[in-house]
Amino acid sequence: MTDTVLTKEKRSRADVIQRLAAFGALLLLIVAFSIASPYFFTFDNIVGILIATAVNGLLAIGVTFIIITGGIDLSVGTVMTLSSVMAAVFVKRWGLPIPLGILAAVLTGTIAGFLNGVMISRMKLPPFIATLGMLNVARGLSLVITQLSPIYFPLESGWNNIAMGSVLGAIIPGFDIPNGVLIMFAAAAVAGLILSKTVIGRYTFAIGSNEEAARLSGVNVAIWKMAIYALGGIFVGLGGVVIAARLNSAQPALGLGYELDAIAAAVIGGVSLSGGEGTILGTIIGAFIISTLTNGLRILSVPQEWQIVVTGLIIILSVYLDIIRRRAKA
Amino acid sequence: MDDMLVQMQGIDKTFPGVHALKGCDFDLKRGEVHALVGENGAGKSTLMKILSGIYDMDAGQILLKGQPVSIPNPHAAQKMGISMVHQELNLMNHLTAAQNIFIGREPLNFFFLDEHALNQNAAKIFEMMNLAVQPWMKVADMTVAKQQMVEIAKALSFNSEVLIFDEPSAALTDVEIKELFRIIRQLKDNGVGIIYITHRLEELFQISDRVTVLRDGAYVDTVKTEDATINQIIKMMVGRVIYESAPEVPEDRGQDIVLEVRNLSSDNVLKNVNFNLKRGEILGFAGLVGAGRTETARAIFGADPYDSGEIYINGERVNIKNPSDAVAHSVAYLSEDRKRYGLCLGLDVKKNIVITIYEKVTAFIGWVREKFVASIASKIVEQLSIRTPSLDQKVKNLSGGNQQKLVIGKWLAKDADIMIFDEPTRGIDVGAKQEIYSLLNDLAAQGKSIIMISSELPEILRMSHRVVVMCEGRVTGELDYTEANQESIMQLATQRNGGNSVPVNA
Ligand SMILES: Nc1ncnc2c1ncn2[C@@H]1O[C@H](COP(=O)(O)OP(=O)(O)OP(=O)(O)O)[C@@H](O)[C@H]1O
Ligand SMILES: [Mg+2]
Repeated sequence: MTDTVLTKEKRSRADVIQRLAAFGALLLLIVAFSIASPYFFTFDNIVGILIATAVNGLLAIGVTFIIITGGIDLSVGTVMTLSSVMAAVFVKRWGLPIPLGILAAVLTGTIAGFLNGVMISRMKLPPFIATLGMLNVARGLSLVITQLSPIYFPLESGWNNIAMGSVLGAIIPGFDIPNGVLIMFAAAAVAGLILSKTVIGRYTFAIGSNEEAARLSGVNVAIWKMAIYALGGIFVGLGGVVIAARLNSAQPALGLGYELDAIAAAVIGGVSLSGGEGTILGTIIGAFIISTLTNGLRILSVPQEWQIVVTGLIIILSVYLDIIRRRAKA
Repeated sequence: MDDMLVQMQGIDKTFPGVHALKGCDFDLKRGEVHALVGENGAGKSTLMKILSGIYDMDAGQILLKGQPVSIPNPHAAQKMGISMVHQELNLMNHLTAAQNIFIGREPLNFFFLDEHALNQNAAKIFEMMNLAVQPWMKVADMTVAKQQMVEIAKALSFNSEVLIFDEPSAALTDVEIKELFRIIRQLKDNGVGIIYITHRLEELFQISDRVTVLRDGAYVDTVKTEDATINQIIKMMVGRVIYESAPEVPEDRGQDIVLEVRNLSSDNVLKNVNFNLKRGEILGFAGLVGAGRTETARAIFGADPYDSGEIYINGERVNIKNPSDAVAHSVAYLSEDRKRYGLCLGLDVKKNIVITIYEKVTAFIGWVREKFVASIASKIVEQLSIRTPSLDQKVKNLSGGNQQKLVIGKWLAKDADIMIFDEPTRGIDVGAKQEIYSLLNDLAAQGKSIIMISSELPEILRMSHRVVVMCEGRVTGELDYTEANQESIMQLATQRNGGNSVPVNA
């Protein structure tokens, strides 16, 4: 007889407040750091934050899909690295054109995601284990392929421009937002559309909300899960492209730990680790909160050890706030 | 026969440790309501899950309109025109009503979901059902009854030729059941074949044309409803006759008040609730769904916060902030929604039973005394005749009714002084109902005090020593068993309009 029915308006207002809360926290950080340091709110520093967010933002988008299904993907960091290695192999070693290099990276991410999906929905491995395995496989493969040393892209190839060139700057002189940032925002827009307006997005929520119910409704959960993991992999592959372009190289030892930042961004942005809830907008805001915090603390010369501590506290605090919000709604 | 829709012949199914179906037969004609009854664990849900493609059968065959078919998965069943409303709610709580109904069949606008068409299609079905639900409402925000209606809407949306209802009425209120029956009759007139599982045997005579009885996984018989009586059907179900008995009210009813609730109020839901509970008493809580009975119970138990009011236990004011406080004050609450609040589905039978009394079954530094656990659990399983192959069976593999018994068993093990039972017999078969009734009487005779919330008036009348009636969050009256009857309770239960709760002690 639980007749306490919240009206639609009340409910969606609570949702809006949550989104505003994350956004408000981001604004608050920006204002606080701006007051604390004159260097913070400068064009160059803001661009620095933007470009620092690009890679984590892309990985976080990928992992958002997975977490909404109620799963987890620990492999996004090292798969990103493997993707960048594959791009380097195509472009540097084999001298293939840049578009093929991009394709190689994106395909690598997609295939890794798909394989995660196969392990989870066909072989019934728990997502944590399957993607932990993939984390190591991808990491090892990167090291094997590169024989432990970075592969540098030839400067004249123009690979660097994918992330660090500025199409916008060419149009509006002085407004040199790097392309990597545009790639992330474009990817976020597409991902947002997919998540809220397409069938695969709907099933992402349905599976995360109640997998058994989705199955009983005739949704082919196994196939859709593979598709969703593969979809997440596309964004991870893009992340590989952007990081390789930013560093103008594929760094095989990189990537470990990136998955935790990506998951943190999603969670700070309101994606529920128990599945069924989350938005791309929230995730992107979460990614910005992390990079703004790191950047601001660095400008204030807080030692790096303490930056890590603060990031940890922010994760705990934001999830706790989310829990309080949920309790208030229930 | 051309009006034969479904014929199931010699269906056999074994789960690890359980021979659930032993060569069962069942058939369904166009335009009929065929009821399926049997005790908890008889195999009703299993048989229907085979027909709707959820389980594979081990042996037997299914004919659809005379043609042998195989039904490998739910999707295939839907394509063949078979859909099922499950005994347990199977909804995606984060999605809206409309999104749930059309999951897997979303209308598209080129590449994108057409949310507008989706909502309109759902609204059409709701309108046909006379159901006041907004298509865009999230399922998580609805009452259990409304959620059940959404499940039914979903089954209807397939325009199936074969519709299976597995205990649809268990979570519905009288108003909604009436509406459901109207819908079923309408479908029947359109030539749809309907299979209806229920433990409320009086419903058979309101809605069904034929009744098939299963016992212990075996087919017993199929009879025309008009030729049968309730007692015959019960006899086929349990193999013996069960007699209804009058309330057992002890001569010398105790007068010491063990629980007193004063002016309990909470945020629009409860308005100045006042009542008391005496030692050895069974206090019935009657009212329509949404009257605030569950909320009252949850507030007392500390499961939900309340805004104001006082609770006294044995004359002392208590401050119960959470369920473990309540348990410390020897208060137990058996929730109405077993799957959501009552059980750990992934754990086995014996762990669920002792979950409330772990401090009793552990020795030095938390070492669990497994033998002791097993002996307690087997006693409870026997006492409630819970049908399970072993104490190690995972609870999610028990039949719905046996899960319900387990929730009761868990609180029996706890041996609390004040026990609140919320819809204790929902989904429980006739035989087991009697067992639970006599159990409640025994508990009361032992000096335990019981609050029994029930939406079934006959049950309230049969069991209660005293009845508290609620309406819209207020206590609208209190009746002694001598004054309580259908009319007096219904009158109080519908005493709407605001104002304070004035105990109408007639
Ligand atoms: N998935 C499963 N695994 C193991 N045993 C099962 C499973 N499903 C059902 N059973 C067992 O099969 C038997 C029949 O169960 P079923 O759910 O069909 O009963 P029912 O007639 O629907 O009972 P109720 O009235 O309680 O819903 C029970 O003994 C049950 O424990
Ligand atoms: Mg059943």
